Amino acid sequence: MFEDLTHKFEGVLKKIRGQGKITEKNIDESLREVRRVLFDADVNYKVVNNFIQNVKAKSLGEQVLTSVTPGQLIVKIINDELISLMGSEKADLLFSDDIPSVIILVGLQGSGKTTFAAKLARHLKTKGRNPALAACDIYRPAAIEQLKVLGKSIDIPVFSIEGERDAVKISNQAVDFARKNARDTLIIDTAGRLAIDEQMMNEVSAIKKATGPAEILFIVDSMTGQDAVNTAKAFYDKLKYTGIVLTKLDGDTKGGAAISIKSIVNEPIKFASIGEKLEAIEPFYPERMVSRILGMGDIVSFVEKAQTEFDMTETAKLEEKLRKNKFDFDDFLAQIKQVKKMGSISSLVSMLPGASAALKGKEIDEKIFVRLEAIILSMTKKERANPDILNGTRRRRIADGSGTSIQEVNKLIKQFDDMRKMMKGFNRGKMKNLLKSLKMNPGMMNQFK
Amino acid sequence: MSFLDKIGFTKLKEGLSRTKGGLIDKVSRLINSKAKIDDEFLSELEEIFLLSDMGFDTSEKIISNIKERAKTDKYENEKELNKLVTDEIKKVFSESASEFKTFDFNITKKPYVIMIVGVNGVGKTTSIGKLAYNFKKTGKTVLIGSADTFRAAANEQLEIWANKAGVEIIQNPHSTDPAAVAFDTVKAAVSRNTDVVIVDTAGRLHNKLHLMEELKKIQRVMQKVIPDIPNEIFIVIDATTGQNGLNQVKEFSNALGKVTGIILTKLDGTAKGGIVIKINNEMKIPVRFIGVGEQIDDLQIFESEEFIKALFEK
Repeated sequence: MFEDLTHKFEGVLKKIRGQGKITEKNIDESLREVRRVLFDADVNYKVVNNFIQNVKAKSLGEQVLTSVTPGQLIVKIINDELISLMGSEKADLLFSDDIPSVIILVGLQGSGKTTFAAKLARHLKTKGRNPALAACDIYRPAAIEQLKVLGKSIDIPVFSIEGERDAVKISNQAVDFARKNARDTLIIDTAGRLAIDEQMMNEVSAIKKATGPAEILFIVDSMTGQDAVNTAKAFYDKLKYTGIVLTKLDGDTKGGAAISIKSIVNEPIKFASIGEKLEAIEPFYPERMVSRILGMGDIVSFVEKAQTEFDMTETAKLEEKLRKNKFDFDDFLAQIKQVKKMGSISSLVSMLPGASAALKGKEIDEKIFVRLEAIILSMTKKERANPDILNGTRRRRIADGSGTSIQEVNKLIKQFDDMRKMMKGFNRGKMKNLLKSLKMNPGMMNQFK
Repeated sequence: MSFLDKIGFTKLKEGLSRTKGGLIDKVSRLINSKAKIDDEFLSELEEIFLLSDMGFDTSEKIISNIKERAKTDKYENEKELNKLVTDEIKKVFSESASEFKTFDFNITKKPYVIMIVGVNGVGKTTSIGKLAYNFKKTGKTVLIGSADTFRAAANEQLEIWANKAGVEIIQNPHSTDPAAVAFDTVKAAVSRNTDVVIVDTAGRLHNKLHLMEELKKIQRVMQKVIPDIPNEIFIVIDATTGQNGLNQVKEFSNALGKVTGIILTKLDGTAKGGIVIKINNEMKIPVRFIGVGEQIDDLQIFESEEFIKALFEK
């Protein structure tokens, strides 16, 4: 979508090149596309309109230098503006010196509080803290049971009172429980509630008063639409929460709600919850969120991952081969091994610009590399070094040897040929263009400073 | 209307009025303060549309239709302008919705198998409790299949709802195979001569290939008992959901071959649930029920005509 956006600008702004300046007339049409992108990403109506005004003001009169296209320039302005909206500060969890230091989790029904409570407890345990959980959701059927099961699976005690109908009382006694059992952190799971439900909002307010938390985290589903602003504000007005957690970010939602909430409540987003497993919790990176909304992929994470996992001397060797156009199946195999070290394929692909659009949210077959490896390993050394000798008989033998089909072998060979062709293209100066466009990605440039 | 009579139409209105500042209220107020279609009017209309989560394209479509009509149709006063605007909103929402008849509780097939799907946290289990209660009220026997073998304590939660509704439940706390539970449920329903089977499934994000495969397997395995089931696949959508709601319906529908209806939950909050207008417009899938609270009788049948009337008219 990012390329898409840039492309759209290029079309609309072609005529500006001659004029050398961005003017009100020629920018309006392209900003309409930006609006669409932001609304499709669930950014709030008012936030979008302010944003468009700002981008327009910053773009007008901007000189279009010959080295960059007007489209690139506007995209850079948009990217920078979005990052400044998201805030760039990275905030840690707050703890008090009290035993226990209390963290309260609040939010709407189904936002993911109970699962996150267990994830956070596990996370804190790995950081050397000694947490306990308190089950204060006395309304949803079996919510207490759910927290108990989760607590047991990560070996963290869960405080609850069977049959108690007073959540404030449970929270109070949970504090005592933590103190007596030398638990330095208490995570309180509360019932999901609507912000307009006064009685329920008073209850959570009373829990706050009774336990004196160092941190209140507002848990919000990343798929939330325009209403995110109302809910975030109502909870904030009542509780003055100190941090935000974005859940279900492993889905294919753009998560514009994050921007909307940040625009209205100036508290940091402290965690992103990204999967079904209890380990699936991450710090939140604002600039990556911006990439996600603009659909330009998380190139920064990808590069970081590649830098830590890739063997640099291997990579240098490979570059040399690419340059001389001597890339063969042995190199392909080495590549696959390197990539496999970086993690699941889907997590990698999701970081690539344009990939999410191309895949339309579908997941990738994780076993594909296993089959590719099997096929290549079934080739003789000679075949691997000279792919051109792979005739029908050899292909049949390779398919049998690797337990795959001849179609799969053919497909791999075709892909390999395509790849070589593409690399020839790169050698002919396309690489230069690629690097140039990467330089236009400001978020990435910051990483290298 | 038959079922609405049973649950009381006031309850529907009550539920809808709880969606504070409903779309229709806002549109009406806007129309009352102006009596002509100009840029200002259209931009305010756009704000109302976009804030409802109906999405940029749907909003554009309605607005351009209104503009077109305003060129030819004369509107003399507020009332006529009101009609023109609400007509156009209705059209986008109901040109597909009107093709569907209201959900009929007088089902003919037996057992009538309903599979409930959706992403995490939308209110599947709660909706099943309410749905079972409603079937029971119309005199049907109901069997619930607890095929969410993933989430901690999902079995217990569903069991509590089954007890509240006064219906039976099939579960296997030791099984991690949801397809097996679904199979057992349908089998049991056949031998017990049960009218309705409702199968709960674990919440899953629609872009998780392996979880969607698991869902397909549940469907396949149930079909070993009766070939053409499930008779209904309902997707549960949270009214607070933004534009991602469309992806959800698309992907579940792709995986299972069909989604026959939507249950729109949490309409008792401040969210408008406008995403179903977009879904309805693009996918032609009807909204069957709406959830307006946490009590067992807080599920209402979605009557498109009545709903639109309650939503778009004073």
